[in-house]
Amino acid sequence: MMNSIQTVFTRPNVLFLLDGIKTTLLISLYVVILSIVFGTLLGLVRNYEKQFFGKLAGFYIELFRNTPLLLWMLGCAFLIPGSTILVKASVALFLYTAAVVAEIVRGGLNSIPKGQFEAAHSQGFSFFQTLAYIILPQTFKKIIPSLLSQVITTIKDTSFLAGLGIMEFTRSGQVILGKVTKTSEVFLIYGFLALIYFIICFTLSVLVRSWHKNNSENV
Amino acid sequence: MKSTNPFAMWRWEDLFQNFDSFSSGFLRTLQVAILALVLALVIGIVIGILSTAHNLILRSIARVYVEIFQNIPLVIQIFFMYNGLAMAGLVLSEFTIGVVGVGLYHGAYIGEVVRAGILAVPKGQQEAAYAQGFSYTQTMRYIILPQMVKGILPPLTNQAVSLIKNTSVLAIIAGADLMYAADSYASFSLNYGPSYVVAGLLYFILCFPLATFSRKYEEKLKNNDSLVVDIPEVME
Repeated sequence: MMNSIQTVFTRPNVLFLLDGIKTTLLISLYVVILSIVFGTLLGLVRNYEKQFFGKLAGFYIELFRNTPLLLWMLGCAFLIPGSTILVKASVALFLYTAAVVAEIVRGGLNSIPKGQFEAAHSQGFSFFQTLAYIILPQTFKKIIPSLLSQVITTIKDTSFLAGLGIMEFTRSGQVILGKVTKTSEVFLIYGFLALIYFIICFTLSVLVRSWHKNNSENV
Repeated sequence: MKSTNPFAMWRWEDLFQNFDSFSSGFLRTLQVAILALVLALVIGIVIGILSTAHNLILRSIARVYVEIFQNIPLVIQIFFMYNGLAMAGLVLSEFTIGVVGVGLYHGAYIGEVVRAGILAVPKGQQEAAYAQGFSYTQTMRYIILPQMVKGILPPLTNQAVSLIKNTSVLAIIAGADLMYAADSYASFSLNYGPSYVVAGLLYFILCFPLATFSRKYEEKLKNNDSLVVDIPEVME
């Protein structure tokens, strides 16, 4: 066992794995930020179901929610011209996550009492002012646990990128796997991969739960 | 001279001449999804009931199961079953890995749905049942679970949709599922465009009716003021 630990966790291997973790976290960060921006926009527009853009947003959301992520990653990787495969596949992850965020935002928006809009209008707020100062701040406060859960899902979803050979954490683990021969070494690497993902995701899920608890106590 | 447009007509014609691989992939995806769903439901019900049990040890077992399977990516779990277990001498077919891997993973999520469902049934129901001399098992069997089923149907259906989408991880281990069929046809014929469109359409046909049913049913429950199970963590 000690032997296996020494062969697996050599200095270059550890640095390589750390690099993979860095890539995973960076991709997740970009994807989450962009998806929240685009997803909020989609969620807002989606509420105007009778209008053209509302229909379009609805179509987008249904399309992405009912087809697998891997399909979009492969599709983007091979059909978008130019750029690196990493960027193209991450764009797919972003487009996919935005559809989920849109539904979360919409759920939050619909839980805001209608009186809030009316009160804001009667005070002379314009449509965009109402959104920016009254509605969205309340919405985001409500959906923070759901958004955090989506962050966890996104971090896990980046592991699909390994299927396209992108050097994120899962793929870097696979590369190291290719260099070892003993069963104990293989188990050690899988254990390490699982442990790191677990630490990251579990920490976030504890945050989700404590936030949820505090908020439901406030209500 | 053939057009080089990724969606050119001749590419579609070629795809439909090779449609056999798509239909067998579709069938494979359907089989894996149904069996994995059955497994996930069984695990989910057990985990859900355990996680509301009075016994701390039983509750802990359920908790550990849920946390482990929810916080490690499915891809890692599948890779582990494919490479790791094979290395230890346990060689499983891709089909088995699909059913067991996806089933165990979604079992954790369904467990949380079932748990939320049980907790959503008012506590007075359980107390009333005990007062009438029902045992714990009888209370669950006759009072709690039947009331819960209706309420958890929408989140369960959403889980089924995620499960179907997640069977596509099999493509990464060459599992002969729909995604794999589409990807291997695409890279062999270079007809990426039509290939992914057709695969997307086939997944959509499976998932969209389920997702629509879930939404409509949830609205109906809300309008009727009946038990609606709110899953705060929308994960997957």
